[in-house]
Amino acid sequence: MSVKLSVNGKQRELDLPQDTPLLWVIRDELELKGTKFGCGIGQCGACTVHVDGVAIRSCITSVASVAGRAVTTIEGLDPQGNHALQQAWVEAQAPQCGYCQSGQIMQAASLLQANPSPTDETIVTSMNGNLCRCMAYGRIKKAIKIASAQEAGDE
Amino acid sequence: MSKQRIKGWQDKTERVQNISTDQVSANTQTETTTTPKSKIGRRGFLIGATSAGFTMAFLPAALMTSTKSYGVERGSFEPTVWYSINPLGEITVNIAEAEMGQHIGTSLARIVAEELEADWKDVRLNYVDNEARYGYRVTGGSWSVWQNFDLLSRAGAAGRKALIEEGADLLGVSPLKCHARRSRVISGDKSVSYQEIVKKGDLSRRYSADDLADLQIKKPSQRNLIGADTQALDIPDKTRGTAVYGIDASYDGMVYAKPIVPPTRYDSRVLNVDDSGAKAVSGYRQTLQLEDPSGTVPGWALVIADSFHAALKAEKLIKVTWSNGPAVNVSEADILQHGRDLIEAGKGSTVVDDIFDGKTVSELMFDADDVIRAEYTTSTVLHFQLEPVNAIGLERNGMWELHAGNQWQSLSMPVYAKALGVKEEQIIMRTYLLGGGFGRRLNGDYGVPALLAAKALGKPVKVVFSREDDSRFDSPRSASVQSLAMGFNDNKKVVAFTHAAAAGWPSEVMADFFLGEGKNGEKFDPFSINGANHWYSLGAHQVTAVSNDLANRTFRPGWLRSVGPGWTNWALESFIDEAANRVNVDPIMFRLQHLSSRGKNAGSYPNSVGGARRLAAVLKRASKLSNWGKKLPDSTGMGVATTFGQERDMPTWCACVAQVHVDRSSGKVTVQKLTLVLDAGAIVHPDGALAQTEGAAMWGLSMALHEGTRFNNGQVVDTNLDTYTPLRMADIPEMEIEFVDSNYQSVGLGEPATTVVGPAIGNAIFQAVGVRMRDLPIRATGLKDALASLEKKSQAGSDSNQVV
Repeated sequence: MSVKLSVNGKQRELDLPQDTPLLWVIRDELELKGTKFGCGIGQCGACTVHVDGVAIRSCITSVASVAGRAVTTIEGLDPQGNHALQQAWVEAQAPQCGYCQSGQIMQAASLLQANPSPTDETIVTSMNGNLCRCMAYGRIKKAIKIASAQEAGDE
Repeated sequence: MSKQRIKGWQDKTERVQNISTDQVSANTQTETTTTPKSKIGRRGFLIGATSAGFTMAFLPAALMTSTKSYGVERGSFEPTVWYSINPLGEITVNIAEAEMGQHIGTSLARIVAEELEADWKDVRLNYVDNEARYGYRVTGGSWSVWQNFDLLSRAGAAGRKALIEEGADLLGVSPLKCHARRSRVISGDKSVSYQEIVKKGDLSRRYSADDLADLQIKKPSQRNLIGADTQALDIPDKTRGTAVYGIDASYDGMVYAKPIVPPTRYDSRVLNVDDSGAKAVSGYRQTLQLEDPSGTVPGWALVIADSFHAALKAEKLIKVTWSNGPAVNVSEADILQHGRDLIEAGKGSTVVDDIFDGKTVSELMFDADDVIRAEYTTSTVLHFQLEPVNAIGLERNGMWELHAGNQWQSLSMPVYAKALGVKEEQIIMRTYLLGGGFGRRLNGDYGVPALLAAKALGKPVKVVFSREDDSRFDSPRSASVQSLAMGFNDNKKVVAFTHAAAAGWPSEVMADFFLGEGKNGEKFDPFSINGANHWYSLGAHQVTAVSNDLANRTFRPGWLRSVGPGWTNWALESFIDEAANRVNVDPIMFRLQHLSSRGKNAGSYPNSVGGARRLAAVLKRASKLSNWGKKLPDSTGMGVATTFGQERDMPTWCACVAQVHVDRSSGKVTVQKLTLVLDAGAIVHPDGALAQTEGAAMWGLSMALHEGTRFNNGQVVDTNLDTYTPLRMADIPEMEIEFVDSNYQSVGLGEPATTVVGPAIGNAIFQAVGVRMRDLPIRATGLKDALASLEKKSQAGSDSNQVV
């Protein structure tokens, strides 16, 4: 079956079973490896991407369900990989092994889009579904606050 | 080469030498920078010109005396190469350690660059594949900085010396009038860059062992990079999705495979495969039964497909029947009971048996005025590294390749060779970043099915484990049972202490060259009992390590962040609190009373110089920082614990104070604050050290309150995040972490803070509500029950503080 969707601004037409999880389409068909496989049941958040700007878990989202919609992966978040969150992630030295961080950043980007100045409580609520096995949670929280303050300053 | 510094309790030199003929100068790294006459001497140092610049290498002693001309091209010989400078002035440091979150590349490159006087902006990292010239490969035990510090310092210093000599020549001055700084050789107002020297100079050199030993290594006060703030070089890619992990590798013409994991780790045999239902799945190819001469994956089958998704889908439609191994009936309770039985039967290896005042432990216990005893247990813990294990196996031009993240290539290679029926020289392991190590990838078992399938199918095969496969095939941290006793004389003075611990032993199953020999001639796994050989002076001391053979037969016990101290320190530091309570002494005061740098606890140069007083120092500091003893609200308490990290021979001195609140109605524990003070010697990469300590402490918290599983029918019950529940962002406490400003030998930081948090929390719970928790993880239901029975007891008028 043919499915049309937009990934990082590029129109794609793929011939795939409809139930193929978006994660494997992104990773193995489109070879965008920044989006990660962690649990396969939508509970670690390593596979987080945006569909029409909103964070979703791509491992439990079928490709058919995003037909005609705009998918953004970590590679498409900023053309130079220099999004305020990506800068803040470096400033806070947030990643350790780094495997969860694409998902963390995509989740955080979705949060800041909806709520540019989140409270600590909002950050925790929004990020709690993203597992960091290195447990760098303190730094992830700090990075989100740096990016949030940066964005506020820019406006 | 000299990556091999295996540390345990006793004289390990012989065991170390059995590991590999490639490792030389095994005893060198621990001789610090202040001991230039270190035993690095069995190797010399080589600087050779190549077309790509010049390269620094250590080479075998035999070659040092050779009069033959030499080069560093691959194939002429196999020196261990550490860094090179190319004509662009780029300094590339080769990293043979696994990069798994500790930013080890940055730390090691800083050590080289410090002595080389390199401009940090010129430095690049190159994570090397597994080749013999890089010597023995293992990344674990919190060893990396400690092992490499002296070695890499000398590599850097030798390069600096050569660059100064050649730079002086180009400047037309004496080398004595030159110094190096920021990739330049400087003499007065003249200078020349390393880049120009590499282009124009003749840097070919060789240094004898004595030359190397005589190289001037900087004094701590002269350091510019070590101990200075910097950013980790591996981080930017990890924010852009461009960092490449094993799971991101692909190879032309490869097919995907997903394991069908048998019901038991050992002794399962496939009886029948019915894949008729799977044939309708688009992309499904076949189900492959594996024949494994290495015995790593008995009873395994792989679903082979054109995509991983197709393999996942097909697997659900494939019916495999097995004959099961005997472990199919084993439960967590069986494993614990077996450990208990072994301890009670007096089995095991006597690892420590120190007398006190001329009397043995048994004599002193018999004569004791008061004896307290307790049993501590811990549950099975999964690694749950976020990148499920995976590997690509392939054959190319007669060479086998294994593409995967790995922490212990030198342990994996013989297994792969056996599985394939080829020589190790015919296998190359390609290096990738690790989506979490935590000890899981010390055991490279997941590479075996990829290689076997590639051989059977004659094409590259990428095996990806689903999360559930990964959990079921994990080498988990074994459940443990420990029995402790302490005897007091009539002055309430501690006179004897015994500690027996039974658990599955990873080294016995996978790396028996690590086993030590106890006083009674029985073997022991140092990794499974480390921590019990503590730095307290507690009278006569006996430590017994017991291998739980039922655990070993049911699953493959793994090395999990800290290994043995994960359970030994839980029991030890909780029990010390019980002892303090028994004699009505403040827990910190009790510890300080028993920490003195005398006798076996004096410490020795260079690793443990100062001994127990350094542990006392961090404890005092943690007491002060945490405001120990301050008035706290109801059901809130502070608890303390210490650890010396991984090994007596490489102590990382650490103290932790936990402040917790207990909700009496639910039994839920909230950790409000953790205060940690560490003395890890000189800190190379301060922010990296802090990040490792934060992560380790949170692992400790997670294993204390949030995660743990159990065996049932020979398998772990919890295989994914629906029921296995590691710490999340909502659970993190306030943390205050301080490092002692120290110039002593740099030791390890990847693990130590892991083991101190659990007992600090248990001790804080006791302070908060008066119940002693002795099973990890501490579950709300367990604490609620303990509170209820305490209530009952106090109503019955018994002593609530009585130790079982």
